[in-house]
Amino acid sequence: MSEEIVLMKGNEAIAHAAIRYGVDGYFGYPITPQSEIIETLMEVAPWKTTGMVVLQAESEVAAINMVYGGAACGKYAMTSSSSPGISLKQEGISYMAGAELPALIVNVQRGGPGLGTIQPSQADYFQTVKGGGHGDYKLITLAPNSVQEMADFVGLAFELAFKYRNPAMILTDGVIGQMMEKVKLPAWQQRRSEQEIREQCPWATLGKTADRKPNIITSLELDSAAMEKNNERFQAKYRVVEATEVRYEEIKCDDADYLLVAFGSAARICQKTIDLARKEGIKVGLVRPITLWPFPTEVLYAYGGRVKGMLTVELNAGQMVEDVRLAVNGQIPVAHYGRLGGIVPTPEGVLAALKEKVVH
Amino acid sequence: MLQEIVISGFGGQGVLSMGKILAYSGMMEEKEVSWFPAYGPEQRGGTANVTVIISDEAISSPVVNQFDIAIVLNQPSLEKFESRVKPGGALIYDGYGIHKKVERTDINVFKVNAMDESMKMDNTRVFNMIILGGLLKISPMVELENVMKGLKESLPERHHKLLPMNEAAILRGMELVEQEQQAV
Repeated sequence: MSEEIVLMKGNEAIAHAAIRYGVDGYFGYPITPQSEIIETLMEVAPWKTTGMVVLQAESEVAAINMVYGGAACGKYAMTSSSSPGISLKQEGISYMAGAELPALIVNVQRGGPGLGTIQPSQADYFQTVKGGGHGDYKLITLAPNSVQEMADFVGLAFELAFKYRNPAMILTDGVIGQMMEKVKLPAWQQRRSEQEIREQCPWATLGKTADRKPNIITSLELDSAAMEKNNERFQAKYRVVEATEVRYEEIKCDDADYLLVAFGSAARICQKTIDLARKEGIKVGLVRPITLWPFPTEVLYAYGGRVKGMLTVELNAGQMVEDVRLAVNGQIPVAHYGRLGGIVPTPEGVLAALKEKVVH
Repeated sequence: MLQEIVISGFGGQGVLSMGKILAYSGMMEEKEVSWFPAYGPEQRGGTANVTVIISDEAISSPVVNQFDIAIVLNQPSLEKFESRVKPGGALIYDGYGIHKKVERTDINVFKVNAMDESMKMDNTRVFNMIILGGLLKISPMVELENVMKGLKESLPERHHKLLPMNEAAILRGMELVEQEQQAV
């Protein structure tokens, strides 16, 4: 066995991956079920080795604005929280989208609304992919389904965020955050030097040099005509992301008569349902969106012409199902099955729903 | 090989750490493993439980409803998990914590008197290791050698002096297993 393979929680994997990726700063405020992220960072104390800053802010709002400041300087800056804390960060996320700042926000979801429960949930899907904060913006959203992907998506999120100068979110939940699995942590990467940041981020406010005008980072533009132009530029960028960055996984779809559509922890549960269903002769496959925005619309549309029905499985009252229905565009029925308030569906429960709602 | 196991008891009985050691042991044997705790407020005073899956193949769902083996260390845990053992599966309990009889007749039931024994050993902290020994006797899913490696891996180095004591407890647990009922 390679020494690099370790057993850890999804939350711990995020912390270790961030240090290894060369993240410059983590700013957060503890909340269950994601406190292991900041706890692990504090325990490993990367400020002594890589120089990464780890700071427990006075609130979630402070933390997201520290991320804004770090990102404005071209730094790899990140924060993490769980649902109620992510709600508090929405203003900052909207400002970062408006100022075109790249950063990573991790949401280890718990059941809401309000303070709700500390148990797993996927009820922040709408908040994440339909806005959350104000204004016409999009958040690049990655949905890991394993501890391995928790580790891998830290780097991927920063890559995409910096490629498009846009905030990115890892949208996960208490199942993936709290569970332990084997994980191969990413390779060590040096933190970028100031020179490297200047080259990678000519827009960053690192101090003006003689050969250019001052860089200004702001989301404010009081001239409506100019603000419309900004918005048009954002929208053009979003269309490029939608055309280039869609990621998804297909499991046992080749001969499928029916499809499950699920992301994150729900997709893991569905994998077991597939085995149970196939034992009973029901040919079912799974499409797992890995990017929730951009959403795998085209692949789902194509399956709409091939399979007899779809069931989305979510830890919510039916959110992604709306995007699946839009994608399928009425070709076949699309049903939803979910458990609420922190209850995690079982593979058997999903199978029963599949039979009741989809298989006829 | 696929073993879906739930370990459940009072918070403080070492349920989560026993699961962790089991998961580490499986990993030492190059198996796929997952460890998923009920991390809710039940950890404090009520029932804590953890699902451990050990498999030769990639694990689909870390959350399951039916278990090959349920280890129940208090009465609420028996009530919660008795119905969720697969037919022909095993239920392991500690005689000290359970005061009602197991009703199902289609599962194998084992008693490990771990609490009594740990008190005899004058060390109630090895309670969960005695139970683990019982589990390994009933279902030898990992080699003892790998369990010891897993134990070493999951304990901070400052506690490594406690390894021999834990090994003794595991071995004692193996001797203590009593089969109470065979699945019919």
